[in-house]
Formats: sequence, C-alpha cells, structure tokens
Amino acid sequence: MGKAIFKKTGIGIISLLLAALVFADEGGSFWDDFSPPQIHGFYEMRGGYRTQNDRYQKDKSVMETRLQIEASTFTDWADFKFKGDLLGDFVLEEGDFDFREGWVFARPTEYLDVKIGRQILTWGTGDLLFINDLFPKDWQAFFIGRDVDYLKAPSDAAKLSFFTELINIDIVYTPQFDPDRYVRGERLSYWYAPENRRAGRDRRTPAERPDDWFRDDEIAVRLYRTISNYEVALYGYRGFWKSPAGQSPTTGRPIFPDLNAYGASVRGPLGSGIANAEIGYYESADDKSGKDPLINNSEMRYLVGYTQEIVADLNAGVQYYIEQMLDYSAYKRSHPTGSKRRDRDRHVVTLRLTQLLWNQNLELSMFTYYSPSDNDAYLRPSIHYKATDHLALETGANVFVGKSPHTFFGQFEDNTNIYAAVRYSF
Amino acid sequence: MKRKMAGFFVTSFIFSVIVLAHNVQAQTPSVDEIITQANHVAYYQGQDGKSKVKMTITDRQGRTRNREFIILRKNDPDNDDQKYFVYFQAPADVRRMVFMVHKYAALDKDDDRWLYLPNLDLVRRIAAGDKRTSFVGSDFLYEDVSGRSLLEDTHELLRTTEEYYVIKSVPKKPETVEFTYFLVFIDKTTFMPMKMEYYEKDESLYRVIESKKLEMIKAKEDGKEVEYPTVTQSVVKDLKSGSATEMTFSDIQYNLGLNDTIFTERYLKRPPREAMR
Repeated sequence: MGKAIFKKTGIGIISLLLAALVFADEGGSFWDDFSPPQIHGFYEMRGGYRTQNDRYQKDKSVMETRLQIEASTFTDWADFKFKGDLLGDFVLEEGDFDFREGWVFARPTEYLDVKIGRQILTWGTGDLLFINDLFPKDWQAFFIGRDVDYLKAPSDAAKLSFFTELINIDIVYTPQFDPDRYVRGERLSYWYAPENRRAGRDRRTPAERPDDWFRDDEIAVRLYRTISNYEVALYGYRGFWKSPAGQSPTTGRPIFPDLNAYGASVRGPLGSGIANAEIGYYESADDKSGKDPLINNSEMRYLVGYTQEIVADLNAGVQYYIEQMLDYSAYKRSHPTGSKRRDRDRHVVTLRLTQLLWNQNLELSMFTYYSPSDNDAYLRPSIHYKATDHLALETGANVFVGKSPHTFFGQFEDNTNIYAAVRYSF
Repeated sequence: MKRKMAGFFVTSFIFSVIVLAHNVQAQTPSVDEIITQANHVAYYQGQDGKSKVKMTITDRQGRTRNREFIILRKNDPDNDDQKYFVYFQAPADVRRMVFMVHKYAALDKDDDRWLYLPNLDLVRRIAAGDKRTSFVGSDFLYEDVSGRSLLEDTHELLRTTEEYYVIKSVPKKPETVEFTYFLVFIDKTTFMPMKMEYYEKDESLYRVIESKKLEMIKAKEDGKEVEYPTVTQSVVKDLKSGSATEMTFSDIQYNLGLNDTIFTERYLKRPPREAMR
C-alpha cells in the first residue's frame, strides 16, 4: 500500500514537472517565471473511541496526528498547487503520506479551463448524498470522524471545461480507475455478505481493482447552464461502480463491475430557500439483465432537497432520496437462499441543522440520515469552536443505529464512535 | 388694537421664517437627492471596483480576530443590481473560500448567494437569509457591506449642520429589523455617509458605524481622469456587546473593466487573477 501511494505520488509530481517544463518560457532561468511559493497548512491531533465493544475492531476508532502542507505558485500562464498530509496513524499503526492535490491549472483561452493532475472533484446538488458525482469518496474517513473535507478523495485526472453562451461543458478523464476509499474491514466492521455475518479486521479481502492505464479509465461529463436563476445540468459517466458492487466468480474477491450513469439536476430559489432535485440512471453494464447474482442490479436514484435559514445563523436542510433496483425480480430469483436480501427500494431522509453562535466562532451541527425502508439511521452531531484565528477545537460523534445487521447504516452499528480534535492552521 | 398689532407681528414673523426657510432650501438639496447621491457615493461609484480589505474584530475583552479578503464589485449598467465576489485570504481555515452575491435592487427579489469550499471543490448555493446578520462573524452586517435599499425606509432631513446633512431613516417594516430608526450623517461636499447611528425602541443608541478615513481615489471614467471619494477605514461599534470591528481598504481600483463572467461558477471554482492578487 505504501509503495502504491509512493508510485502514485511519483507519477503526480513527475507529470506536474513535465507540464511545467513543456509550458515554461524558454528565456531566462526556469524558476524566474514562478511567483514565490505560498506555504500554508495545519497540524492536527485527532482521537476517537467506539462507545461499545466491537469484536472485529479495536476500541480506538481514530487516533492520528496529521501535518498538512500546501504550496502554491503561479506563472503568467498557469497556477500550480501541491497539497499533502503526513500522517501518524495509531489505529493501523503506520506512518502514511496522503497526497491530496498536485495540479496545473491554465486558462488558455476565454472559452477553456484546463486542470491536470491530482485534484478534488465535485458536482451535483446533494448534501452528503451523491448521485451524479461519481468522483471518489473516502467513506472510511467520513465514518470514523475525520474532518468532513476528507470525504472527498482525490482523482488523478484531466479536467477540461468549455464555456459558451449556450452551455458549459466539463469533461473529466481519469486514465486509471480511482475507486472510493470504501469500507473494507481495516478500520470499520461491516456486513460481510459472502459469510452472512459482520466482519472486520478478520476479513480484509482486497478487492480486484481494474487498474490498466487508459483501458480501465473513467470519463465523466457535465453539461450545465443557468436558466432564469435555476442551475440546470445533465451528466454522463462511463467507468466502474466506485465501491465494490459484485464478487468475482473465480476468486470470490469483491470487484468493481462496469457502470454507465446518466442523470440530470436542477437547483434554484424556491420561497425563501433553495430547492434542488437530481435523478440518475445507473446502468450496471456487466449485468444489464440483472440476472447475475454476483453483480449489482441497475438502479434509478432520485433526490429532492430544500434548505432554508430559519432564523439568523440557524440553517436547516431536508432531503429525500431513493435508490431503486431495476431488475428486482431477477435479483430475487437469482439471490442465494439463506443470505440477506435487499429491499427493492431504499428510502433515505436527511435533516441538517446548523447553528452558529458566539460571532460565528461556535458551530453546532447535526446531520441525520434516516432510512424508513431499512429501519436504520446515521447521526452526525458535532461542535466546532474557533478558539483563535489559528486554533480550532472540534468534537462529535458518528452514531449508527439499525434493526438488522445487513442494512446500509445498520451494518456499522458497532462502529458508533465519539471523537475530538485540535487543529492549528497556518 | 393691541391684538391686531400682535397679530401683525406674528404674521410677519411667520412670513420671514418662511422666506428664510425657502432661502435655505434653495441651497439644500431635497432629502431624496441627498440619500440618492449618498447611496451612489457609498456603494455604486464607477462601473466596477476592487479593494483589499482587512478586518479586525475586537471583543469586549480585547481579544482580536482578523479577516483578509479581496472584494470585486460590478454594477449592472441598466439598474441598481450589483454583483460581488469576495475571495478570502485569511484566516487560514477560510483561505481560498469564495463568497459570491448577485444583489437585486428590487425589494421583492431575494439576492442570490454562493459559497465555494475549495477543499471539497463544492459550490454551495446559500438561501438568501436575513441581511441583518453578521458578515463573517464581524460586527458588520451583510447589509452594511452591500448596502440597504433606500426603498426599505422613509427618510427625513432632520437637520443640517456645518458639515453634515443629518437624515433620519425609519423602517417601513419595523418587524424585519432590530432598530427603530437610524441617523445618517452625510458629508455636505462629498455626500459620503460619515456616521450612522442605530437606535432601539427606547431611543437608546446601540450601534455606531463611522467612516474614519476618506481618500480621493484616482480613476478613469470614459477616458477622463476622475477622483472618487472613498472610505478607506471604517469602524463599527456594538455598544451592547462591547465588540468593535475595524475595516481598512487598500489597493483600491475603479473601472478595471471586470467581465460579467467573473461572477459565475467558472470563476467561483477558480478565481480570476484580479481577485487573487
């Protein structure tokens, strides 16, 4: 794993330097073209514990120190950025380097933006729910109580953005598939379907990740424009399920089957708040008929949301989200007897409440996912206090409740944890 | 007879007062002219503008917090709508965040607001909230930064001093604001609002904004050299909480020719160089 990270880091840095060399001015010293680099970052200590015993995991849910360094510079023709975290992880008992960003950005014409390298990518309208945003997420970081920024994992990609009067187009090409940092037993216990039970560190089966450069690639497209104050977008994606969505018939290991996705979204003012709606069709391309019991069904996904300021500095947001399996009868027929079966539809309601106090230095926040169909819930209460301009204190919890051990949030019940963090930013 | 004489004196006195008042009025612009001009000078000079802003918030105990940002503004040539682009540089935890506003002059149309969070690459659309809430945790309110529509209040010229026109503004919808009225002290030569005093129900003063420094900033307007009077330091004091915020403006430029597209998602995600340095 360390080696893989080093390799990826190396590739990122080399491509950055190459790009710099290709574009750099011929005359004068190469470095003369660059502005003096700006260095920023933070140092953070974060610790958390499970509030109950988990027979497959340690009591510590998160225990780490992290130094993030961000360096940026620019020339006449481009901007450059590097961002990376040095991490001492006392849960996995290892040191790690998390290369977060390393990119070149250029605006070569009035109609085109280009960003190449390791970057964080986001689009879509959901609040902590994603339909057409098929860029990698770090669910482990999210569930163990790291800063919410870490929910977004970086992509190694080229992003081209075209801007016209009629429509704007984003094209993101990822030459080698970037999966989610999905739950896989090393930090969190989860429902292990092959054995019909919860598992954790005893079942850290590595998934078979498609990793051929330029063959196992991803392409994501967004077309968008604003129509009388409403932001309207169409999306397309060709790649893979971002978290394992099947099992290899030969090795039994989790796999990432092919996925094509098509969708649309709209967002704009409604009453005194902001409303959004999004829809997506997930075509599970390796199992279009839905008959293969080892590969996820195709799905429709729907989302509506509304957010509003209730009183000054108190915001509320609600969302309703549905995942609908499209070949449910085929799924039922082919599903192995004895193993837990999913419902056809998964319904999720979310509620966000955020209150700012003490000159906006104290933030009380509660984000709740509740699924009436799965009978499970995930609560994310947190308190964040900016003690000074540099020092922030945070505490919170990740609470999982469920009736059954195999539902989406219910499977994580024994991972319920509380955490606290101190961060010094510079 | 005595009564008649008294009547005559009273009449002539009233007459002369009216004549005097009329003479004064000839030099004094009307309330509407004063507030319209003051609003223009305070918020609308030039087609567009840019400034670096440093904010220091000092609480009752003397603890300070700082904010630094670059603000770009562009006027709609056809009406009083405006677009604002605010690029944060400090403190570290909000660095590179962008706050964008499309402000609409019409009272029945809410402003559009966006916030860009760079660590998540997330463009969040923010519900048009109460404009009288704190701007970035300071004692300035959103409305102080982007202006309060003149149509929200009824205005009265209370008095004229050597330096100032003193305007009393009373909200038409008192339930939507925390004050009962405010006084604006408008400089007679530049028409710049130099002081604003906010009063509560019991007539007590609880909030004061003062323009501490005024500079003439050179700019080009239609190819000609002009000078715009510009506040380069202003202070707001919350007399109840004991907190104060000072804002200083530097690197002020007018009529840069900012493109409309700057105020779109493209530049939210990657700010223009004008906004970053």
